[in-house]
Amino acid sequence: MTDPLTPGLAAGRLSPEEIEGNFADLHAPLGPRDAAVAADRCYFCYDAPCIAACPTEIDIPLFIRQIAGGRPEEAAKTIFDQNILGGMCARVCPTEDLCEGSCVRETSEGKPVEIGLLQRYATDSLMRRQGHPYNRADETGKTVAVVGAGPAGMACAHRLAMRGHRVTLYDAATKPGGLNEFGIAAYKSTGDFAQTEADWIMQIGGISFEGGKALGRELSLEELAESFDAVFVGVGLAGVNALAAEGAEKDGVTDAVRYIAELRQSTDLASLPVGRNIVVIGGGMTAIDAAVQTKLLGAENVTIAYRRGRDRMGASVYEQDLAASKGVRIICNVQPVEIHGNGAAAEIELEYTADTGDGLRGTGERLRLPADQIFKAIGQTMTLDSGLELEGGRISVDAKYRTSMEKVWAGGDCVAPGDDLTVWGAAQGRDAAEDMHAALMGVPEASTRAVIAEAARGIDAPPHGHAPHPDMPG
Amino acid sequence: MADLTTDFVGIRSPNPFWLASAPPTDKEYNVRRAFEAGWGGVVWKTLGAEGPPVVNVNGPRYGAIYGPDRRLMGLNNIELITDRPLETNLEEMARVKADYPDRALIASIMVPCEEAAWKAILPRVAETGADGIELNFGCPHGMAERGMGSAVGQVPEYIEMVTRWCKTYYDRPVIVKLTPNITDIRMPARAALNGGADAVSLINTINSITSVDLDRMAPEPTIDGKGTHGGYCGPAVRPIAMNMVAEIARDPETRDLPISGIGGITTWRDAAEFIALGCGNVQVCTAAMTYGFRVVEEMTAGLSAWMDEKGYASVAEVSGRAVPNVTDWQYLNLNYVTKARIDQDLCIKCGRCYAACEDTSHQAIAMEPGRTFEVIDAECVACNLCVDVCPVEDCITMTRLEPGETDPRTGRVVPAEPGNWTQHPNNPAATAAE
Repeated sequence: MTDPLTPGLAAGRLSPEEIEGNFADLHAPLGPRDAAVAADRCYFCYDAPCIAACPTEIDIPLFIRQIAGGRPEEAAKTIFDQNILGGMCARVCPTEDLCEGSCVRETSEGKPVEIGLLQRYATDSLMRRQGHPYNRADETGKTVAVVGAGPAGMACAHRLAMRGHRVTLYDAATKPGGLNEFGIAAYKSTGDFAQTEADWIMQIGGISFEGGKALGRELSLEELAESFDAVFVGVGLAGVNALAAEGAEKDGVTDAVRYIAELRQSTDLASLPVGRNIVVIGGGMTAIDAAVQTKLLGAENVTIAYRRGRDRMGASVYEQDLAASKGVRIICNVQPVEIHGNGAAAEIELEYTADTGDGLRGTGERLRLPADQIFKAIGQTMTLDSGLELEGGRISVDAKYRTSMEKVWAGGDCVAPGDDLTVWGAAQGRDAAEDMHAALMGVPEASTRAVIAEAARGIDAPPHGHAPHPDMPG
Repeated sequence: MADLTTDFVGIRSPNPFWLASAPPTDKEYNVRRAFEAGWGGVVWKTLGAEGPPVVNVNGPRYGAIYGPDRRLMGLNNIELITDRPLETNLEEMARVKADYPDRALIASIMVPCEEAAWKAILPRVAETGADGIELNFGCPHGMAERGMGSAVGQVPEYIEMVTRWCKTYYDRPVIVKLTPNITDIRMPARAALNGGADAVSLINTINSITSVDLDRMAPEPTIDGKGTHGGYCGPAVRPIAMNMVAEIARDPETRDLPISGIGGITTWRDAAEFIALGCGNVQVCTAAMTYGFRVVEEMTAGLSAWMDEKGYASVAEVSGRAVPNVTDWQYLNLNYVTKARIDQDLCIKCGRCYAACEDTSHQAIAMEPGRTFEVIDAECVACNLCVDVCPVEDCITMTRLEPGETDPRTGRVVPAEPGNWTQHPNNPAATAAE
């Protein structure tokens, strides 16, 4: 084991046992008894706000009632019917902003029903069982190319396969999963869950995976559109924004997403080099994930430096608190000016900022922090040049996820403007698949909306209180 | 501090909390510990006739119904009376009573319905120094098949007959324990009174099957693949017990008959409610079996504090206070008109009131944008279902319309004077116009 105070990048700052403990499940899964107690707290609200808050509109009160009734596998079916990635979403969704954030018990007592953990309890129990719960419809004879095997692509491929189409699922990486496999913090997806889930989704049949194939490299959209009946583009954001600071080229300055991917693919975390003094530039989930995980690897000081106020941070309050609880310091209203060091980064110089209303200005006041590893987590961009019409740097789609090119649909992080969550990818991939199916077969599109009680009164509206997501097309 | 001392048919105890005749009172060891924990009295586990004692099953004796978080709401048992020799029980009772002279010690008895059997056991019990006896006419399982327990309690003539024998051969108070497994509780109570009983105690357990094992297709508790009905008790039976207590307390024939209340009493409040309905004291079993003897501390402390708050000096002052307000439906004031009111500040927007009213009641709650729920006075019949299903206490309340106001539902002005069914024009037997 390395001395934890070793300067610069070094592996093994903590013992393998400590690291293993640090990267265990962030929230221990519920056992049957905890699940029964947690499920009992659900009020079974009328047209519940949690359903409206879920991008995939899972019937949450129903699945919780099924858990309470001692049928977790049926509960899982309720979940998977709406969201085939329900297992991963149970682990990674920012539930504090979605279902749990809208739970009436959150409003009334600050303690929502533990929807995320209950969803994991249900989905785990079904996925543990051998076999896949869905059958394919009869072969339609139609073929679809799905490009990008992340959440959107997998959700789309599964739904298309279920409808009887034959899907070829491409990905630039050699294994499926996308950000679930390469981007999610390790302690949120333990036990190689992303691969387990991808394999389980493929069990439906009718999907063939082809790794190592990227759009603009081995694949072209025109050729795909030529050889398949339809194409779904569900690629991620490969580009990382550049750091506007002097010395940004020094050793030790890294893309957070790249480091996280490396960490996720590492088979021995104790062998992964990590700095002693770390500064993460950014304020989103990626910044939090990089900061927390390097802290858990044994970095002595980890600081998140964000250029605006805390209320503007992309990371949820829950994630900010998580970082703080692991010993990460968050400094707001600072921007990087220069990275000092002889070849390798040693210090970072930051300048305080003020939001003047017409832009962010440096105040002139500066501070220096020791920094032998600096992470850029200031957003990703789409690098794909596909010829598709763009909007805000991402693929422009209509309400049915159709792009500017005939036969081509798109969803997930690459469409404009996105919310960059697994659950949004799952919703968009699913809905695009239904529209593709309808278009391919000349049948009406099947609704993927939640069944609401109000419909029984002839009111065909989303549940009251449902604010259509501002970023959701349509 | 309120005085919790009670004098129940001449039997004094430091508080009104007795342990009911049941497993917790089956032997000296338990009863001594119960007294040390603070119980005011015990009714010893039911004694049988001299001779070889009864035997119990060797599989499970209990079945349960649970509420949230596995809270035990109802307990069912198929245990019989004491399975220890009569002599052992009598010796232990005598020793315990001698050591705890200030506590009530009552002998529960169940012997065959023959005068000789009662005549034989009563002097033996009297020798122990027990303060009184309780006749077990209640147990609905096992012993009832042998013509005892509820088999006696279901026939008023037998109750009267056996009670009379006991009053003949025993000179201390006789309490008759009633079974709820009957159609009208007033009949057995009147029979007990006619037989000379000093008091009745109720309820004994209710015949029940708590659950069915769907794999073995057998009722629980299951003994080698079969089950039988057992006696149900615990918090779930309390409403049934309270009604039966109140029926006896307000029956002109039995209104002065002292009552020892039994049935799911778990907290001081439960006890206070039984006492308000006419009980002179209460007996507890399931709460002790669930949580142990120390639950009595909450009961005594809570009852005493509440009595202080209300200015009641003694349990006797509380006893029966609610009885005059228990009446027949026909005497309820039909001119008392209320409407549900939802406190929007307390509302958490779960919509349960709406689902209940819209789907199963009177469509008297409107769901407005933003999940705001409003009562529609023109539809609200004041049924109270919304109040009952609302998870937030006091969020929905029933507010009375003042006399002179118009009820938007009926279009009628609320009269100042009360009016009930006996006077209502729709009642063919009405005694007076409204």
